[in-house]
Amino acid sequence: MQPEHGPAGPLTLYDKIWNSHRVMSRDDGQDLLFIDRHFIHDVTAQSFDMLRQRGLTPRSPERIFGTADHYVSSAANGMSAVTDPERRSMILALQRDAAESRITLFDMDDSRRGIVHVVGPEQGLSLPGMTVVCADSHTSTHGAMGALAFGIGATEVAHVLATQCLWQRKSSNMRVTLDGTPGKGVTAKDLILAVIAHIGVAGAAGHVIEYAGSAIAGLSMEGRLTLCNMTIEAGARAGMIAPDETTFAYLAGRPYAPEGEQWDRAMGHWRTLFTDPGACFNREVHIDVAGIAPMVTWGTTPEYACAIDRRVPDPAMQPDPDLRAAMSSALDYMGLVPNEALEGVAIDRVFIGSCTNGRIEDMRSAAEVARGRRIASGVEAWVVPGSHEVRAQAEAEGLDRVFREAGFQWRFPGCSMCLATNGDIAAPGQRCASTSNRNFVGRQGPGVRTHLMSPAMAAAAAVTGRLTDVRRLLGA
Amino acid sequence: MESLTHLDAVAVPIVVINCDTDQILPARFLQKPRSDDFGQFLFRALRFGPDGAERPGFVLNQAPFRASRIVVANHNFGCGSSREHAVWALYDYGIRAVIAPSFGDIFFINCLKNGLLPIVLPETVVLPLLEHLSVNAGSSISIDLPAQTVSLPDGVSHGFELEPFAKECLLRGMDEIDYTLSHRDRIDAFERDRVNGY
Repeated sequence: MQPEHGPAGPLTLYDKIWNSHRVMSRDDGQDLLFIDRHFIHDVTAQSFDMLRQRGLTPRSPERIFGTADHYVSSAANGMSAVTDPERRSMILALQRDAAESRITLFDMDDSRRGIVHVVGPEQGLSLPGMTVVCADSHTSTHGAMGALAFGIGATEVAHVLATQCLWQRKSSNMRVTLDGTPGKGVTAKDLILAVIAHIGVAGAAGHVIEYAGSAIAGLSMEGRLTLCNMTIEAGARAGMIAPDETTFAYLAGRPYAPEGEQWDRAMGHWRTLFTDPGACFNREVHIDVAGIAPMVTWGTTPEYACAIDRRVPDPAMQPDPDLRAAMSSALDYMGLVPNEALEGVAIDRVFIGSCTNGRIEDMRSAAEVARGRRIASGVEAWVVPGSHEVRAQAEAEGLDRVFREAGFQWRFPGCSMCLATNGDIAAPGQRCASTSNRNFVGRQGPGVRTHLMSPAMAAAAAVTGRLTDVRRLLGA
Repeated sequence: MESLTHLDAVAVPIVVINCDTDQILPARFLQKPRSDDFGQFLFRALRFGPDGAERPGFVLNQAPFRASRIVVANHNFGCGSSREHAVWALYDYGIRAVIAPSFGDIFFINCLKNGLLPIVLPETVVLPLLEHLSVNAGSSISIDLPAQTVSLPDGVSHGFELEPFAKECLLRGMDEIDYTLSHRDRIDAFERDRVNGY
């Protein structure tokens, strides 16, 4: 059977990357895609076990890079801070599996270690036109580089380890065009929360989203990474942004980015990675970002988000009984009542970090709000940089001092309170202003109430002790 | 992987919309070895209180549903985290099929890799079915995988779509790795001949 070639005529960015990675096709319409980059972390042990049980070893260890992020301590660096035996065993398994297969690992004492979705772009390992996978749904992050990047399950990880390929059915093309100039205090996090609130948590199911428009062109790489990171929260298979001068400037000089003649050759290829004029999208969404205010979630899915200056929605206004029940149960869990003003709701904890908002720009924007202020009494506020490199850069800029002087804890890189696998949880009933990606029931610990927002909004909540419109503190 | 052909079993309704994999398998159990019985962690926070006592209000703690082998769920079941452990929890509990109007993408794929059959039926069928199962606790559903049909408690039979390759894998209890490795020469040739490769 010969692989079918892509449709003639104009192609989307997704079409182009798909076609150039198709090894073969199967009768049922699935394609075998070649995988350029495979990231592993400390929740990959079970996949290596599957491989071992078959007597197989990784086919292409040079394409695999690992880092520990889920089970590391944020209180102190290094293995000695990981005391729980089961958590230790997950990191030890990663170390063993990487060593056995000669996979490059940014290990516990490595200055390049951090959250896998922060480290990949930062090290120049995630490049335009690549296929990128990892056993983590937020692998969609790397699509910001102009790559096709998506999360996979443990069995698929074993398949990629064994074959460096993956069977996939092609998703539909969807374009989300964000035009206009964001207002003061409005960040990439607010844009993506607005997109998800607009299309819903299943709004992009079965699709790969390409982001386009003047607001995307104006976004930094950090902002684009935030946007693509949370694309999975809209149910999409992946999110991507065509590489442009911003992308190339970000990549130049990164440790694993091509150099010299190889850079020139790569640039020749990268400049072809855009959606052709006239290419067909199965679905198009347009949003004018000028109408977006700083956002906050009020419920237990990321779609339950609205502008900070709004009130808690009333389930009684929802005609669909299932949706009404879901809203009511979300408000019950969150301890909020319909029509209550969101601004002013008292918070107990603040978490600034995660693969969504743990980058240097996030540190800067939170520090800008924290500078010269003190966190409110009774609030415990954490800053957890996404990687050691982010941490070192922030310290070089004096941001750690800004945070410490304001009463924040300046901690060590990892996933930390985003999903609390390392034990970083809040107490039942506590309300947390969080820059992470999921406000699911129990995500930050049993009974914990999570409000998703931008780093600047989280810093504002920290210093006032309440959900706060950051624009007030920025003097807008 | 255990093969699956026919299933006639009690179905449990999970009514909540957008049931994410954090609810199916809370993240604190990701560190457990696969040799553990993940069934004990299924819907942990919904099934058990902080003291470990069963929450009597949760469906799986009600007598007629304890023997369930089929889950009937609402839209977007299994959205969120890619953790395959959510499928392992359902599987280890004894669940062999999940019926819903729509699924989280990655969860759907993970099901097929583990011998758990995900069936998409229209909302107009599933929503009344959820209500029926809630009112008539312990009702059974019959699934015929070779024929690709589901017989509901009202006696009506519905066909469902399934990719032929995935069906073959489920029927034979086979997985993809051996199949793909049999095409190793194609992969090697692709990697060798590609232009603009990394």
